[in-house]
Amino acid sequence: MKKIISGNEAIALSFGDSGGVFASGYPGTPSTETLEEVARLGEVYCEWAPNEKVGLESAIGASIAGGRSLATMKHVGVNVAADALMTLTYTGVNAGLILMVADDPGMHSSQNEQDSRNYAKFAKVPMLDPADSQEAYDFVRVGFEISEQFDTPLMLRTTTRISHAKGCVEQKEKIPVKVGELVKNVPKYVMLPNFGKLKHVEVEARLLKLQEYAETTPLNRVEMGDTELGIITSGVSYQHVKEAYPNASILKLGLVHPLPEKKIREFAGRVKRCMVVEEMDAIFEEQIRAMGIRVDIGKDKISYCGEVNADIIRSAAGEAPATVSLAPVENLPQRPPTFCPGCAHRGLFSILSKLKVFVSGDIGCYTLGALPPLSAMHSVIDMGASISAAHGMAKVNEIAGRTEKPVAVIGDSTFFHSGITGLLSMAYNDGNALVIIMDNRTTGMTGGQENPGSGQVLQGGSSKQVDIAALVKVLGIENVAEINTYNLAETEAAIKKGMETPGPYVLIDKNPCILRYRVKKPVMGVDQDKCTGCRACLKAACVALGLGSAPEGEKPKVQIDPNICNGCGVCTQLCKFDAMSVAKG
Amino acid sequence: MSVFNIVIAGVGGQGVLMASKVLAESALACGMDVKQNEVHGMAQRGGSVISFVRIGEQVYSPVVMPGTADILISFEPLEALRYVHYLKPGGMLVYNKVTINPSTVASGLATYPRDVEEQITRACSNAHGIEALSIAQKAGNAKAVNMVMVGSVMKNLPIDSLVVEGVVKSLSKDKGVDVNLKALSGGAAAA
Ligand SMILES: Cc1ncc(C[n+]2csc(CCOP(=O)(O)OP(=O)(O)O)c2C)c(N)n1
Repeated sequence: MKKIISGNEAIALSFGDSGGVFASGYPGTPSTETLEEVARLGEVYCEWAPNEKVGLESAIGASIAGGRSLATMKHVGVNVAADALMTLTYTGVNAGLILMVADDPGMHSSQNEQDSRNYAKFAKVPMLDPADSQEAYDFVRVGFEISEQFDTPLMLRTTTRISHAKGCVEQKEKIPVKVGELVKNVPKYVMLPNFGKLKHVEVEARLLKLQEYAETTPLNRVEMGDTELGIITSGVSYQHVKEAYPNASILKLGLVHPLPEKKIREFAGRVKRCMVVEEMDAIFEEQIRAMGIRVDIGKDKISYCGEVNADIIRSAAGEAPATVSLAPVENLPQRPPTFCPGCAHRGLFSILSKLKVFVSGDIGCYTLGALPPLSAMHSVIDMGASISAAHGMAKVNEIAGRTEKPVAVIGDSTFFHSGITGLLSMAYNDGNALVIIMDNRTTGMTGGQENPGSGQVLQGGSSKQVDIAALVKVLGIENVAEINTYNLAETEAAIKKGMETPGPYVLIDKNPCILRYRVKKPVMGVDQDKCTGCRACLKAACVALGLGSAPEGEKPKVQIDPNICNGCGVCTQLCKFDAMSVAKG
Repeated sequence: MSVFNIVIAGVGGQGVLMASKVLAESALACGMDVKQNEVHGMAQRGGSVISFVRIGEQVYSPVVMPGTADILISFEPLEALRYVHYLKPGGMLVYNKVTINPSTVASGLATYPRDVEEQITRACSNAHGIEALSIAQKAGNAKAVNMVMVGSVMKNLPIDSLVVEGVVKSLSKDKGVDVNLKALSGGAAAA
């Protein structure tokens, strides 16, 4: 029976059906639901790692111990795991190992748009690029076979429109789980230079064998049609190509690294115009050109930025788009994501905005504090950078004779991921920044996953729960205090004290994520007689607030939508006229 | 072989996903090919959400292109206006008349267009506004707005309404079945 499932769900399902034994990873849109689904299906052991490097390394251990393993992450997660990957490619595997990486062309929820196909080339590992949920399912199974046959890790790459799009999937027969031996093999698994040198030779030979495999595998398929236009493509781009040119000749690549040179040459020779359709980098095109094969239409016509669609493909081929649509209605108010009503981050950013300090930010829900009207975050680079960058800023401030102390803001999950080492450096190198850890006991931005501070694990059940304050102290930070960001006066005083005290200073807020832990507080109301329409409360950027209508010449007063308000009381504290209080009734 | 394109728009947290799921499962139950896709993630936090459901004999891309939607269902008037250009000429729009302030309006950085419904009618000659919230409340739960919206377009789909009802039944938890079916028929009666 067919089911409609997303690419992520298909990968999880196939992992269980294909003899999977161990899965680890770190949340990151659009990859997150894969491990969540492995947990929901409940057949295979799975866990959240504190970061992608740990996740991949644990999967490597599982493979060495004889279990088929899976590591999942978003594209930028591979940067974190790259150190492991670049030597894993030398050691190879015992049981099959798949690194699933989800790219985000169009940057629906990411900080950059990097193309993970570069990593397959860089690490010299095979990569599969499914074009729908069914292929996502099928490619896990064949991925394990390739991994074991060629003694290599395999990268399974998706994009947002594969991971999150749902399509029909036919399940295959289950492969029984077989766990292999844990064998001691020093030249294979100990990458000292003398062993590594031998392994590098093997990696190059393996790549040649994979190239031969690429020529014959049905993963790379030619659909011959009209020979006026021949299109080489992969992944979701294939679907857009089919929409634009249902009758064109297509070389659809499922194995996108290494490329089948002979097959490409033959295909290009059979068509009049050869077009390459790929999202983001010119990975195929550059390699195809380097083979001395002509590409008539490629990145000269299709942007390196954003997603591809049928109209982009048609216009790249020199034709008008198939459909003419109305122009979008202009000048509509934007609806950007924002802190949930009742979120503990709101109080903190109301104060940081008021104090006008430099905030070195990080990646999580709190990054939304950078948007107006709060506008209280001034740099965000990568996970963990809030603390280490604040440290560098403080050093230069000192050299320049500036007295201002930078403030770093980081969440619990991000602190565990890669903030701890930055704080260790700050303690060790005599730093001078204020660090605020927003410990809401979950990985909020990606949908509320468990982490080492939440006391729960991915498969349910309780776990050890790290004590952040104690951890911070043993790193060598002497000043550590707890704050409650729902209390604005107290929070302001604590931040000021932290700014005035020389040396590293850490504040920890421990209010739980209201969405994840379903916190519901009594809603607030506005006394319309006391409200002066001054709008001070609107600075809290809460969607429960809004201006009512007012007679000509009068200031509209604030109203609170009781269906949306979650009673955090931040607006109440911003009001100088005492107009807000818990609603009666 | 033509594909029927549905676009569902709304605000994070309104149940756009569940509505999409009902439509996709119904098409599958009728033996059709389906692709469903929404952009979520950051959008969960009160942001604008857009979801595509494409059904037909064979569906390739999971994305609906502007100018090609047969039906646009919007859970909020401003979002209807934001995505109305997805409709093909003559396409049908059903929208919930209840407004939700975006954060930009809530914080006084922008104003909600007071003439939103007039603008909608100007942009689309086949637009129908319904009071989805009160219909949902009458059915027994304000959260059933999504089922009201599905109901409102039910008879315009290439799918038998009985199939949709069956899917809603199978996807609802025990107590929800009654409420959801009432919401569905309330929506159907309103549009
Ligand atoms: C290297 C890397 N991995 C994963 C992500 C995806 N990601 C973005 S925010 C976030 C979690 C933030 O959690 P936390 O720091 O606890 O803050 P919260 O959202 O709960 O406020 C994750 C995992 C990323 N951007 N970069």
